[in-house]
Amino acid sequence: MSHLEKDSFGAKLGMWLFLFTEMLLFGGVFILYSVYLTRYPKEFGLGGHQLDLVYGATNTVVLLTSSLFAAMSVTAIKSGAKKLTLGLLSGTVGCAFIFLGIKYLEWSAKFHHGIYPNSPKLIAGPPGESIFFGLYYLTTGLHGIHVIVGAVLMTWTAVMVQKERLNANDNVTLENVTLYWHLVDLVWIFIFPLYYLIL
Amino acid sequence: MSQESAMAEGGFWRDTGRTGIGAWIFSTDHKRIGLMYLYCVLGFFLVGAFLGLLIRLELMAPGPTIMTAQTYNAMFTVHGVVMIFLFIIPGIPASFGNLVLPIQLGARDVAFPRVNLFSWWLYAIGAVIVLTSLFTGGGAPDTGWTFYVPFSARTTTNVSLAVFGVFVLGFSSILTGINFITTIHRMRAPGMTWTRIPLFTWSLYATAWVQVLATPIIAITLLLVVTERILGLGLFDPTRGGDPVMYQHMFWIYSHPAVYIMILPGMGVISDIIPVFSRKPIFGYKMIAFSSLAIAAAGSAVWGHHMYTSGMSDLGVLVFSFLTFIVAIPSAIKVFNWVSTMYKGSISLEAPMLFALSFILLFSIGGLSGLILGAAATDIHVHDTHFVVGHFHYVMFGGTGFAFFAAAHYWLPKYFGRRYQEKPAIIGWVLMFIGFNILYFTMQVLGMEGMPRRYYDYLPEFARLNFVATVGSWIMLAGVAIVVWNLWRGLFKGEPFIGNPWGGASLEWSIATPPPTENFEEDPVVSHGPYDFKGAGVP
Repeated sequence: MSHLEKDSFGAKLGMWLFLFTEMLLFGGVFILYSVYLTRYPKEFGLGGHQLDLVYGATNTVVLLTSSLFAAMSVTAIKSGAKKLTLGLLSGTVGCAFIFLGIKYLEWSAKFHHGIYPNSPKLIAGPPGESIFFGLYYLTTGLHGIHVIVGAVLMTWTAVMVQKERLNANDNVTLENVTLYWHLVDLVWIFIFPLYYLIL
Repeated sequence: MSQESAMAEGGFWRDTGRTGIGAWIFSTDHKRIGLMYLYCVLGFFLVGAFLGLLIRLELMAPGPTIMTAQTYNAMFTVHGVVMIFLFIIPGIPASFGNLVLPIQLGARDVAFPRVNLFSWWLYAIGAVIVLTSLFTGGGAPDTGWTFYVPFSARTTTNVSLAVFGVFVLGFSSILTGINFITTIHRMRAPGMTWTRIPLFTWSLYATAWVQVLATPIIAITLLLVVTERILGLGLFDPTRGGDPVMYQHMFWIYSHPAVYIMILPGMGVISDIIPVFSRKPIFGYKMIAFSSLAIAAAGSAVWGHHMYTSGMSDLGVLVFSFLTFIVAIPSAIKVFNWVSTMYKGSISLEAPMLFALSFILLFSIGGLSGLILGAAATDIHVHDTHFVVGHFHYVMFGGTGFAFFAAAHYWLPKYFGRRYQEKPAIIGWVLMFIGFNILYFTMQVLGMEGMPRRYYDYLPEFARLNFVATVGSWIMLAGVAIVVWNLWRGLFKGEPFIGNPWGGASLEWSIATPPPTENFEEDPVVSHGPYDFKGAGVP
């Protein structure tokens, strides 16, 4: 609405509220995780050992780097450096693709070993193992969807920066998208130790 | 369309940009969005009420009456889903909230008008998905609106699609909540301090927090049902090590707070209507405002009382029982304050006030029967009986439903520039009130005597009371039909409604009727409270 003054504080407030809802969404999965961890500590430990630490750790580094790029892009646009902003945003999106590629390799390796939802191997195995991998696929899948959404938003923002609809004076959209990206990163920071590093 | 006169006077009915249906479904004007919500929720209310009538017809006599057992299961499921997710959750906040909230704050629109339109679209899309699920796949879902596992994970009916529709509706609810919180924090007119915010808007503020903080949990829970059905993750399947009771915990962590999404706005409506029709400032403004927040907070910690019989530790039962009783305190504060407001007031018994007064009585009956369910010992006796059905209809329909109609009679003339006829409104109200009590009080008695809920058939000893309840449903629906018809006819063809005939002192009564697109010609500066009738220059 043109007659409304642009309220960037309000826009950020709205975004923060939305991020709370995202945290609670993942919170639901983490509640299930904590309950079933208490019930099946041994199986969760064994399940965790079957996940590939190298893939997980690499992805952590990739996501942290992407968050760094995203944060730098906010500083860049505020100082009016359009090219730098675009470069940093492309870096973020690039990292998102690397993350998804690694995730793809990781999931296919698991599928290859017969570990996938409803697989005969998991059904035959101990109940706790099936729960562990069920949660693993659920959480990383949900997180993966958020990575895709974040990458799409980042690309859209980059187009807006290119068209100079976002600039040094008006950049709250970029800030909000960056906040969303940090959330994606933050959630992964919880997923990584809970699933890969456990015991 | 016959809003000529309203349009001739201008107001937001006269569109400046698009024409035809596009002027509505692409409009970011909060008033148009509010009215679109209103038409939708009212439509779904009538659908849900019709299904409820059919359920009562089936239960009128023992044995098969008008439908098969499978149809009956689908019928009460769809009745629940439509009434809960399509009518009562968005009912007051999305329709009347959108219509009234920005004006009560002295704002020109909500904080994010485009997000607001997007919320309505999500609501419409979610509703279409839910409705599609009834006619496609393996037939209408038959799980009950709670979608309890393991049945919901195994039934061949179209549960996945229905659940996905509800997921989309939840998204709409979250966005509305975010919009309202931001609007209340950022868009208040100069002088609109926190203690000058009308109580309806205060109640929407508390509601919005519940929408934001509780809805994501049901989003994930419903996603889990879909993954159980499609991928077979087995997270709630005991043969894979899962726990079906975990589903109930997660479901009620949302759905109990959701009860307060349903009732808090209704309480807000009543808090705005009672002082206006008593010609007295509200008694205990701050206590009513803060009790909304207290209900929202305490109500978020009581989900376990749905599961006393599902296998919980004795300590868990004790704690949840205690917490449940705590919610009664802020609720009672409100009731006492409404009654105190009327004390020595100059009460004018017009339609909005009659609905408001019946709200107090029906909500109190509902609340007190809630205490019977909140206490573990008595709950085990009446758990999953018709007593529960009677109880929540007292709160949901007797509370929120009556508040919805109170709000419709109170605010809609302002937006249409025309008013309903008083006499049919009162006749409709009388029929609704009498039929309501015959129907649901009988249900409570039936429950006390041991008739279970959701059952298709029952023992002969319950036949007489079931017949009485069914007759009650006819009387009530006759009342609803009169009320809806009278509103519809009056708002499009009725006498002009000008100025401030109710004598309200909150900001929406200070502007033109119908409100102009921008709400205020000049940004208002607020100098008195919403119930300071003298300060507002109202006699």
